[in-house]
Amino acid sequence: MKRSNEPVFWSLFGAGGVLSALLGPILIFITGIIAPVGLWLPQEAIGYPRMLAIAQSWCGKVTIFVVISLFLWHAVHRIYHSLHDLGIRAGAGAAAVCYGFALVATLATAGLLLIIGF
Amino acid sequence: MSARKPYVRPMDGWWRRNPFFLRYMVRESSAVLLAIYAVILLTGVFRLSQGEAAYAAWFAALTCPFSILFHWVALLTVCYHAYTWWKVMPKTMPMLVIGGRRISEVALSGIGWAATLAMSVAVYALARWA
Repeated sequence: MKRSNEPVFWSLFGAGGVLSALLGPILIFITGIIAPVGLWLPQEAIGYPRMLAIAQSWCGKVTIFVVISLFLWHAVHRIYHSLHDLGIRAGAGAAAVCYGFALVATLATAGLLLIIGF
Repeated sequence: MSARKPYVRPMDGWWRRNPFFLRYMVRESSAVLLAIYAVILLTGVFRLSQGEAAYAAWFAALTCPFSILFHWVALLTVCYHAYTWWKVMPKTMPMLVIGGRRISEVALSGIGWAATLAMSVAVYALARWA
C-alpha cells in the first residue's frame, strides 16, 4: 500500500488550528481593528520602527514566520477538504493549488524575513 | 441510449437547510478569512522590507473602513473557530485520567478557552506596554 501523505498535512493543519485558536482573535483585533483605529492602542504600537525591530530580532522572525505559515497551512487544508461540500471535485489539481499556495507563501515569508536582515 | 432522466436530488444550498450544517459551513469559512488575514500580514512583511514609506502605505490601507469591516467579520469568524476548536479537542485526544478520575470533556474544553483568553490578554499587554 502506498503511504499516505495525509498525516503531514494534518499535522500542519492541527498545529495551525491550535495557533489560530490561541492567537488568531487577538492578532486580528490588534492589527486589523484597534491599532488602525487608534483606540485602546496607539497607532505606533504597530508602527514602522517597532515592527522593524521585531522583524529584525530572532524571536520576532520566528513568531512572524510561524504565525503566517501555520495559519496558511491550516487554512488551505480546511479549504481543500471543504471543496466537496461546495460541489467541487477535489483532485490532484485542487490539492496542488491549495498546498502549493501555502508552500509559496511559507517560502516568501522566510525569504522576506532574511531580506529584512538582523 | 435511454431517454429516462432519473431524479437527482438537488444539492444547491444544502447547508442552508439545517442550522447544524449552517454552523459547520460558518466554521469552515473561518479558514478563508484566516487565509486572507495571513496574506494581509505577509503583505505587511513585504512592505516592511521595502522601507518606511511602503510600510506607511500598507498601514494606511488598514485604516480604510472596508479593511476595518473585513477585520471585524474575520474576528467574529475566527473566534467561532477558536470556540469550536477547543470544543471538539477532547474528542480528538485520548481519555485523560488523573488520580483515577476521568477529566470531563467540558473541563478540557474549558482549559482551551481559558488558554485563548490568557494568550489574548498577554499579547494585548505586550502590544500596549512592552
